[in-house]
Amino acid sequence: MPKSLLPWILVTQRLGIALLTLVIVSFAVFFATELLPGDVAQILLGQAATPEAVAGLRTAMGLDEPAMQRFVGWLVGLAGGDMGTSYVNKMAVADLMGGRLVNSLRLAGVTTLVSVPIALTLGICAAMWKGSLFDRTVSILTISVISVPEFMVATLAVLIFAVWLGWLPALAYGANVDSWSAMLRAYAMPVITLGFVVSAQMIRMTRAAVIETINTPYVEMALLKGASRRRMVLGHALPNALGPIANAVALSLSYLVGGVIIVETIFNYPGVAKLMVDAVSTRDLPLIQSCAMIFCVSYLSLITLADLIAILSNPRLRR
Amino acid sequence: MTQPLVTVNDLRIGAVTDAGRKVEIIRGVTFDIFPGEIVALIGESGSGKTTIALSLMGYCRTGCSISGGQITLDGTDVTALPERKRAALRGTEVAYVPQSAAAAFNPSKRIMDQVIEITAIHDLMPRDQAEAKAVQLFRALALPDPDHIGERYPHQVSGGQLQRLSAAMALIGDPKLVIFDEPTTALDVTTQIEVLRAFKSVMQKGGMAGVYVSHDLAVVAQIADRIIVLKGGEIQEVGKTQQILHHPAHPYTRQLLAAFEPVPHVSVAVPQVDKPKPILEVVHLHAGYGAIRNGVPEVPILKDVSFRLERGRNLGVIGESGSGKSTLARAIAGILPPHQGDILLDGQEMRRDLKNRSKEQLRRAQIVFQLADTALNPAHSIEQILGRPLTFYLGLKGAKREARVKELLDMVRLPANLRHRLPSELSGGQKQRINLARALAAEPELILCDEITSALDTVVAAAILDLLKELQRELSLSYMFISHDLSTVEAICDDVLVMLKGEVVEALPAARMSAEAQHPYSRLLISSIPQLDTGWLAGLEQDPNLVAQFANR
Repeated sequence: MPKSLLPWILVTQRLGIALLTLVIVSFAVFFATELLPGDVAQILLGQAATPEAVAGLRTAMGLDEPAMQRFVGWLVGLAGGDMGTSYVNKMAVADLMGGRLVNSLRLAGVTTLVSVPIALTLGICAAMWKGSLFDRTVSILTISVISVPEFMVATLAVLIFAVWLGWLPALAYGANVDSWSAMLRAYAMPVITLGFVVSAQMIRMTRAAVIETINTPYVEMALLKGASRRRMVLGHALPNALGPIANAVALSLSYLVGGVIIVETIFNYPGVAKLMVDAVSTRDLPLIQSCAMIFCVSYLSLITLADLIAILSNPRLRR
Repeated sequence: MTQPLVTVNDLRIGAVTDAGRKVEIIRGVTFDIFPGEIVALIGESGSGKTTIALSLMGYCRTGCSISGGQITLDGTDVTALPERKRAALRGTEVAYVPQSAAAAFNPSKRIMDQVIEITAIHDLMPRDQAEAKAVQLFRALALPDPDHIGERYPHQVSGGQLQRLSAAMALIGDPKLVIFDEPTTALDVTTQIEVLRAFKSVMQKGGMAGVYVSHDLAVVAQIADRIIVLKGGEIQEVGKTQQILHHPAHPYTRQLLAAFEPVPHVSVAVPQVDKPKPILEVVHLHAGYGAIRNGVPEVPILKDVSFRLERGRNLGVIGESGSGKSTLARAIAGILPPHQGDILLDGQEMRRDLKNRSKEQLRRAQIVFQLADTALNPAHSIEQILGRPLTFYLGLKGAKREARVKELLDMVRLPANLRHRLPSELSGGQKQRINLARALAAEPELILCDEITSALDTVVAAAILDLLKELQRELSLSYMFISHDLSTVEAICDDVLVMLKGEVVEALPAARMSAEAQHPYSRLLISSIPQLDTGWLAGLEQDPNLVAQFANR
């Protein structure tokens, strides 16, 4: 086996594992939603429906087929891009989700663009001047931000900037987003709130990863070669901390797709998280399953990407 | 009289302990280094030798700071400089060769980029000129393929090569002073020779001054002009190398030298039984790592190892890193189950896997690991550490157990009140005694000792060897003693196995080892051990073919 192939074998392995995880998760998602209490036919027809009518609807919707058969059918459909039809309003799930997903990804994308550079810079600087006033300030701030629940941050932001000061619109969606400045204004509060939540973790993990590599003999060696602190950290410590940092960033960002329900609710932002909660209250199984799969795919692709960065940034594996 | 290059005057360095207590680790040290002179700092761990060497670069490790005195380097008072000016000296005026090059090279950057980094940091010369200079240095340091070795990553070259590359890294900026911090301690003896020769020749050619930090007098004797003996942060004795070796004035120096005196081993008389069976017999043992396919593991290590260890005798196993000597101990202990061959304890066959052995078999053969730091649970008190095997093997509990713990501590010459402490509160030598006492708790007949003195200072190691001998007399034990150090093996063993690449290449009585070893590798190993003689390295002649065939260079 030529040595240059080794990283690609590892990469293929990693992608295979991701795919396998996805199948296992889809299995879990499907059967977990099966366990949800309540029956969609009953809910659709209401309290007054006769048992015959309910049974008839169940047959019509294919709900009385064995669960395993429905699972396989659903999985085959998913693989072909068909996410099924909503039980509740008979629309294709793909159409229902399409716009919402774009909204969610846009919010996640803007938040990523803002928070990742800030978080990495703060984390690396805190590590570089470990123990300084700057480092302690950053540490205290991140701990405070982690401990404050996001609904608190979001509500306070609305209260101050939208209600008292009237600088920003309270609702993110539906506001006029024709111009850049209008879009900035519309996104400012949700992005700030989400940015607070995800950056705190990233700052702390980046700082820890960089400090760990600063304590290695090869970084001390760089100092003994006369390198400045800046060169020591950026040139020697950071390249070796890339793997753990990529992982911390991926973990934080994966939160942006599925975990933002509170922010979406407070700013009345129509994203997928909100869609899923609505689907749960109407027992719309195809919609719930598809949302869950979307969250899972985004999480897995972020984590896999982080692993790939870790593999490819390690020369022992690269060559 | 020439002016000294370096003047250290009443240097004091303080440290703040984890508990916030301030201690002085260097207590008023004064010495000079003249241009072109190599001065050795000799001492045990904790003597402050590395701290002093690093302070010459204006650098102190975290928690330490220079609290008094002056260091003058070529007319500049280093202690008075701000950090930026100190950084400007590093690499250009004074350079550093680290103890472990394997750890001091950044794993994710190419060797060439790291070797010439000093020229980039201090803006000394353009890149292509720096690379050409590095290749010259690689050639002077006798590195293989000097034109292309710089393109590799650190994990792609051997330990001995990496150590020489780290010297190239230090010399690239033409420093006036080079600090060598135990640069050969982590190397095998056969590799050490080549590295020492390379260092010596480049230092002589360049006419640079050097500071050579080491705990090994024999190594220092080959390279240093003067020796400074340190203990507890204070200078004990300073003198020319010849004078320190042959006419030491200070009792501590004499003690260090005494540790080099060969101590002939006297076998212990054991009560003879009618038909004595060997305490340990190993027959055609094969072992390795990885999944087993067609009866052979992916990475085979031990190949067809057979030997007998008679009751009351000691067997030494010597070899260099990668020879499979530790694997042998692990295979016998059942930690790494061998895939072929038999292990007989007192004539009784032992199952290959630890899990299938009876408690009685486990009790009779105990293993002691090299590093007491990692072998002792840091969260358990000494009483718990020693009490566990007492309860497990012998069912002792309560007051009986406590009494036995005290006896065990007494056996390894430690005070009984030590039992309430944690391992981190003991010295290195004390921890190794506890490590040994834990094996003794099982009342074994055979103890497998895996490099148990390698991490200890010479004087402490000698005391542990004495203890092992005393215990053998008292408890009629047998030892299998694994070491890379021939003199340690000679001091305690009756017989010696020489291992190379997983095979036993020679087996013979320890007393006749130096004089009568036949196998070329054994001869190479014996001739590579540094002697307390300044002319040893220069006069040493080794067959280059033999070296190429066997040494891990």
